[in-house]
Amino acid sequence: MRLTLRVWRQRNAADEGAMSTYQVDGISPDMSFLEMLDTLNERLILEGEDPIAFDHDCREGICGACSLVINGDAHGPERTTTCQLHMRSFRDGDVIDVEPWRAAAFPVVKDLVVDRSAFDRIIQAGGYITAPTGAAPEAHATPVPKPDADRAFEHAECIGCGACVAACPNGAAMLFTSAKVNHLNVLPQGAPERGTRVLDMVERMDAEGFGGCTLAGECATVCPKGIPLSSITDMNREWLRATAKGARR
Amino acid sequence: MSYIRYTTGEPVADTKAPSGPVHERWDRRRFEAKLVNPANRRKHTVIVVGTGLAGGSAGATLAEQGYRVVQFCFQDSPRRAHSVAAQGGINAAKNYRNDGDSIHRLFYDTVKGGDFRARESNVHRLAQISVEIIDQCVAQGVPFAREYGGLLDNRSFGGVQVSRTFYARGQTGQQLLLGAYQALSRQVAAGNIELHPRTEMLDLIVVDGRARGIVARDLVTGRIDTYFADAVVLATGGYGNVFHLSTNAMNSNATAVWRAHRRGAHFANPCFTQIHPTCIPRTGDHQSKLTLMSESLRNDGRIWVPKARGDDRSPNEIPEEERDYYLERVYPSFGNLVPRDIASRAAKNVCDEGRGVGPGGQGVYLDFADAIRRMGRRKVEEKYGNLFEMYERITAENPYEVPMRIYPAVHYTMGGLWVDYDLQTTVPGLFAIGEANFSDHGANRLGASALMQGLADGYFVLPATLNDYLARNPREEDVTAGHPAVREAVAATRERLERLLAVDGDRTPDSFHRELGELMWEFCGMARDEAGLLEALERIPRIREEFWRRIKVPGTGEEFNQSLEKANRIVDYLELAELMCLDALHRTESCGGHFREESRTPEGEAARKDDEFSYAAAWEFTGTGTAPVLHKEDLVFEYVHPTQRSYA
Amino acid sequence: MWDSTVGKKAVMAASGLIMLLYLVAHMIGNLKVFFGPGEFNAYGHWIRTVGEPFMHYGWTLWIIRVVLVAAVVAHATAAYQLSRRDIRARPAKYVHKKRGSDYATRTMRWGGVILGLFIVWHILDLTTGHVHTGGFQEGRPYQNVVDSFSTWYGNVIYIVAMLALGLHIRHGFWSAAQTLGAGGRARDRFLKAAANLLALLLTAGFVAVPVGVMTGVVS
Repeated sequence: MRLTLRVWRQRNAADEGAMSTYQVDGISPDMSFLEMLDTLNERLILEGEDPIAFDHDCREGICGACSLVINGDAHGPERTTTCQLHMRSFRDGDVIDVEPWRAAAFPVVKDLVVDRSAFDRIIQAGGYITAPTGAAPEAHATPVPKPDADRAFEHAECIGCGACVAACPNGAAMLFTSAKVNHLNVLPQGAPERGTRVLDMVERMDAEGFGGCTLAGECATVCPKGIPLSSITDMNREWLRATAKGARR
Repeated sequence: MSYIRYTTGEPVADTKAPSGPVHERWDRRRFEAKLVNPANRRKHTVIVVGTGLAGGSAGATLAEQGYRVVQFCFQDSPRRAHSVAAQGGINAAKNYRNDGDSIHRLFYDTVKGGDFRARESNVHRLAQISVEIIDQCVAQGVPFAREYGGLLDNRSFGGVQVSRTFYARGQTGQQLLLGAYQALSRQVAAGNIELHPRTEMLDLIVVDGRARGIVARDLVTGRIDTYFADAVVLATGGYGNVFHLSTNAMNSNATAVWRAHRRGAHFANPCFTQIHPTCIPRTGDHQSKLTLMSESLRNDGRIWVPKARGDDRSPNEIPEEERDYYLERVYPSFGNLVPRDIASRAAKNVCDEGRGVGPGGQGVYLDFADAIRRMGRRKVEEKYGNLFEMYERITAENPYEVPMRIYPAVHYTMGGLWVDYDLQTTVPGLFAIGEANFSDHGANRLGASALMQGLADGYFVLPATLNDYLARNPREEDVTAGHPAVREAVAATRERLERLLAVDGDRTPDSFHRELGELMWEFCGMARDEAGLLEALERIPRIREEFWRRIKVPGTGEEFNQSLEKANRIVDYLELAELMCLDALHRTESCGGHFREESRTPEGEAARKDDEFSYAAAWEFTGTGTAPVLHKEDLVFEYVHPTQRSYA
Repeated sequence: MWDSTVGKKAVMAASGLIMLLYLVAHMIGNLKVFFGPGEFNAYGHWIRTVGEPFMHYGWTLWIIRVVLVAAVVAHATAAYQLSRRDIRARPAKYVHKKRGSDYATRTMRWGGVILGLFIVWHILDLTTGHVHTGGFQEGRPYQNVVDSFSTWYGNVIYIVAMLALGLHIRHGFWSAAQTLGAGGRARDRFLKAAANLLALLLTAGFVAVPVGVMTGVVS
């Protein structure tokens, strides 16, 4: 396959950045999208140019590092992570635009790499269950009904990639935050901190400069792990409940 | 031919493991350990490098205990450490199934599965702690699979005949890691952990014979900084990426452990690498990594190849009687559930016979047709749906209709920094936990045991033993940037990076990585022999020499520079690879993942030589390309007596 | 409540639902225009006397007006502040534009502005009579309505606003349910259907009046 790539290049956070055009040839449909970029980078290095920087690590769709907006879609045309997108999803001769995640809370580090540490700070605000090592009761002491366990798991699947923020017209982090709130709040182990967890996490989310939710639904459409939009509804309910009860640390 | 040789030095011994009955040793060790007064803990700083299962759990637990923790990861977030990719599960001797499991059986299975090349004391401790890990993780909110009654579900895994594996669909590693990450995050918020993401350790600082800090590079700005502490913990994972293609993440690397090795930490059993039998075969030269399909698939999938060579019919056209279900045939009692090393080698053998399937004949079928007939497609979907989906995404083939094609790939490294019972390396104050050390899996790791070991080390073992080290080594003067050892380490790091940038040759870092990886896979992969290893040992120094002549790294060191990161890691692979081959050459027996063609039973199985090789090989660094010193740690088996492993 | 994006959205949702409730009543009242001036004017009189003798003449209506003004102000202020925040949260746009991704958001914002302007015009037209054409007559709403819809621009303004209203309710009602935590996977289809039905009924009910005047059914 022969393709034309238009890629966002930006030397560092202070640089303005612009789209640059590259031709790539000899692309196999079995390549992953990132392997296609590897091929281009190998060439750029030999030509003495700066290779394109992008985040990636596990390349099997679970670490959440990869983060490209491809032709306007976070993670590209398939509902998966960028690393699991293969070139067979494109046609010979296609022009492909590659851009970084865009959000005020995710400043660009270089080229296609952004800083997602705001997500870590949301988790630090309350995305955990206080269970110091050694303090745990026997695992079977509290049975968890299978439907609750399954629901917790479904939300716990979030890989923290940030596609939800990238796709949201408001740069909101509601789907990410709600996934963690629901994962923990649905479990009996998470119940004691249920109220403060949601209030603290939402407060942190706002403080990081993410936008608000207008339920456009783009987040759930691009989520590679299929976190449903109803996750946000559930978090709203948790938040209102906690506010009504006056939960505060 | 010229190649690196070695000399033999004094034996090395684990002086920390107490004697006495094996099941009392851990209790005794904990009782005998000195404690640090809780009020004094805040005065101690501990550096933890890595935030995977071992590092994340260790950092969180040490901070909970009151130590000041400074923690590093090269990823942009601790949540992305490669433990996240573990699929299948975590073992624990809970015996919830009442199927005859016990701590002793887990201990026994692990020692046997490791082909009698692990320490009994360590393994028994691991089995004991396994039950606490599950309790801990459940309390943290890890959503393990459950039965309708609300209790935890289990499944069985390769190499054992009980159901002791706890799992969270095909994402157990992710869920356990998030549990540790969340505990870590709580401590970051509490101000007990100073976290440095996108920061890579490039050297160890040893002052007066003790590990006192690290040199690290901020990957965003390129700034080189020093960090000081009273102890340093390496939780930096394995070195499988020496092979270029492996199931490891792209950025997993050996730099931290190799730099520690160069600073005096012995490296044990480097040739013990695990080749995982169920990976998706490669599709071409562009391949950047290999993807694992969970071993749990072998619970219900049946592995076969055509009986005839070169049979290129599509699998569904090959009638039952012309298929060879070779694992079931050769190992009737374990069948498709034989340990990984055996399953991998069997796949290699049938492919070498010319009966492999798929492009290049490098693959075997993993067939679910029977399982779908027996359980129904829905049940199969429920159990393995996400794995099937992943397979289809990568290969564009539907495994519900066409059997999967799988092939072995490098997955895990049992070798690593030599540690004593306290998980301390030969450099006082330097500890290694998780895959970074060598201690618990011997020559072959059983499935679902890596997660168990990482968490056992991080949550329970290290926090107990580190106390003892800190209590016995009262705080000395603070190290400062002006100390000659610090200046030397910083200068060496800078010099190396500047040299990489200065060569300006005509080959990319990746081309060298690929060349080395192919060499290692060919000569130090699934099967090794003397001639091949000698050839590898001769070629590696040549690649190294060429590397320093022709490497091209664009950009500067004072910026985000992924090529520089990569090239710097390859420098260490090029040295580590040589030691791996040397270790493989010196160990003329076959054991576990290390298969020497010259040492096999009449049936063609791996033949150990217990009289000669019942030891862990701990290598001491003497210089790049100069003969290392071999220190042997004799392994004593009081409880599980070495026998020829039989899974027939 | 007001400090949080989630809380502010809840205020928007609650105030929106209050306005929606009012609109349903308003629309039903409007339909009385089809039963002639007598019934319609009597209805206009009734909303001023309802609650008597407990209430004084017009008090109930004023209470309703105060509640509505509060709802409109809360709704609009929250919308304004949230929108500003949302725009700040996404300062750089994608070079590769994707159509439709922010359709709902845009419709809500522009629809809200249109509706705000319309309400001003609507009050000046039919409550205070400042912009009314054809001589506004206090206490004779039937005639005022017929006059208003006898001009082309009166009809255009009204019908455009009602279409905007329909779109606004369509996303707004469902969205409010989600914001107040009342949605969920099981109820999602029901809520979407309810939102569509509400939007359709309200738009049709309101538009029926100018159409009635234009076609001469109401004169």
